[in-house]
Amino acid sequence: MAILVDKNTKVMTQGFTGAQGTFHASQGIAYGSNYVGGVTPGKGGTMHPTLNLPVFNTVAECREKTGADASVIYVPAAFAADSIMEAIDAEVPLIICITEGIPVLDMVRVKRALGGSKSILVGPNCPGVITPEACKIGIMPGHIHRRGSVGIVSRSGTLTYEAVAQTTAAGLGQSSCVGIGGDPVKGMDFVDVLELFLRDDETKSLIMIGEIGGQSEILAAEFLARENFGPGKPNKPVVGFIAGATAPPGRRMGHAGAVISGGKDTAEAKMEAMRSAGIHVADSPASLGSTMVRALKG
Amino acid sequence: MNIHEYQGKELLRRYGVAVLDGHVAWTAEEAEAAARKLPGPIYVVKSQIHAGGRGAGRFTDDPNGKGGVRLAKSPEEARAAAEAMIGHTLVTKQTGPEGKLVSRVYVEAGCDIARELYLSLLLDRETSRIVIMASTEGGMEIEEVAEHQPEKILKVHVDPATGFSGWHGRKLAFALGLEGKQVNSFVKFVEAMYRAYVELDCAIVEVNPLVVTKAGEVVALDAKVSFDDNALFRHKDLEALRDDSEMDPKELDAVTHELNYVALDGEIGCMVNGAGLAMATMDIIKLYGSSPANFLDVGGTADAARVTEAFRIITSDANVKGILVNIFGGIAKCDMIAEGIVAASKNLDLKVPLVVRLEGTNVELGKKILAESGLKIIPADNLADAAQKAVAAVKGA
Repeated sequence: MAILVDKNTKVMTQGFTGAQGTFHASQGIAYGSNYVGGVTPGKGGTMHPTLNLPVFNTVAECREKTGADASVIYVPAAFAADSIMEAIDAEVPLIICITEGIPVLDMVRVKRALGGSKSILVGPNCPGVITPEACKIGIMPGHIHRRGSVGIVSRSGTLTYEAVAQTTAAGLGQSSCVGIGGDPVKGMDFVDVLELFLRDDETKSLIMIGEIGGQSEILAAEFLARENFGPGKPNKPVVGFIAGATAPPGRRMGHAGAVISGGKDTAEAKMEAMRSAGIHVADSPASLGSTMVRALKG
Repeated sequence: MNIHEYQGKELLRRYGVAVLDGHVAWTAEEAEAAARKLPGPIYVVKSQIHAGGRGAGRFTDDPNGKGGVRLAKSPEEARAAAEAMIGHTLVTKQTGPEGKLVSRVYVEAGCDIARELYLSLLLDRETSRIVIMASTEGGMEIEEVAEHQPEKILKVHVDPATGFSGWHGRKLAFALGLEGKQVNSFVKFVEAMYRAYVELDCAIVEVNPLVVTKAGEVVALDAKVSFDDNALFRHKDLEALRDDSEMDPKELDAVTHELNYVALDGEIGCMVNGAGLAMATMDIIKLYGSSPANFLDVGGTADAARVTEAFRIITSDANVKGILVNIFGGIAKCDMIAEGIVAASKNLDLKVPLVVRLEGTNVELGKKILAESGLKIIPADNLADAAQKAVAAVKGA
């Protein structure tokens, strides 16, 4: 089962013949995922020079000819919003945008275009989505993953790898891992991903990793309190962590979205919201795996 | 990117936002000359620094004197006020105790104030739309209003598909209690601000206070404008407004080498890949009883040269007693990072203990490079181990 992607997912790449698109498509193929082609405007009708897959001029044509149902975007920031909107127009069911540094007002327009569309977006500025041993879309190192029972959702790329490595080491493995990205305006948020994990039979427990800035971890905690915990509910154990407890207010910590601007978007406020929802908050980023093992023992 | 008040007002003026006449001055003489170009009889001399709270702020060499914004009744008084500001350090609620050196002032015409309001445009993350925020509590910090009188904050969101419409402005105007010609003046003001916000890719435009004059005009008395760094590539002209003197020199240095660096006041220098892991590394250092000297995301495409620059910047901080390198390679390759560490250690003659944790892509190769380098590196197996060893190293030093 898992969520969003599995071994049947047909993956296309936008920015296919560029260095990033080429490298990460080759890694995805080596991992065993089903990559079917891609788009580089102006190079349509050719074959990718190293990957032996067809290149198309437009997303619509690529989708029509290959049957792709997921598109991953490695297009530079200045053009990435345009690429996402082209994929929305082509009704690609799952769009994953890896690109970092997209102007936020571009994403405001993209978000508007997503409303009422047939697409869901993951990212931008994210590592991508992986269902271990089935389908890898994005830039994460495949070899640290093992197919298993923990669903992972995170705003941070490398911190996701930390959670993956720790749950692999603990023998639990992952059902799927979704990096939602560090930008203030993005596609799927915590709640959207958690909703899928709660419905997924293979996902027995969850790890959510947030950051300072914004309210989405608090909304996610409220969502879990309402939809996960209680009689007749899934009651899947959840481990949480918020990065940035030591970050000074008003300073942007790398991610455009990681800045403490009000009073309720601090790490402390978010951890408190998680605790009161029934989430096991890891006190250290090194204890995500061990906290999960304890949570599973009840 | 933040800019000064006078630069923000100049930009807003181009979009039709009502601002008062004024001139920037770099010397006391220029301030006097600037005042003479204004009608008088009242002038306002304002320190130009990238921080709020200037009026209530105080200069370090005159802690009991007047603030960073002063009224003058003649060009000579404007000159004297500028004299007391330029070359002096102003401490406000937002500058921190070290304050900021004032290098220039803005000399502005006075005006007859009937009411002071608050107006800002910014991104609302929860709705993914631009929100126009207004309040009757002009002149107060909006964070305080939000905390103590949230009902006094009015908001309208703008649908990006339709853009600004007159009703956005009217809804706020009537809620603020404006009447007669004030309403149209306000609507025009907000519309111009919205246009400036969108066309310049702003992150925030805040006018506090927004003044209603006795003649019924709506005018910006102050203006705080900052831009979305991600969009600066399409506004090359705005680069000229960047004031490097407002930045921490180490942070400025980092920007030129494409490093994401924020100076902090602890003792363990950090070099990490990824913003989230970099923050988490700071957190775990604190958890084990020390404190981080910086946030540094070396990025996914780090090569040996960039790692060397990162080390140079970290070690230029005299507070750094030890360095923790924490790399979980995805795009970043551990062997590249290891080569950078070896090169940096040799070039920079590192004198502080160095703890290195490598994980992920090409980790074995990276560990081998470090082991064969003959350098005194403390290797760590995982994140907790790395933090413990780094804290032990600086405590033992």
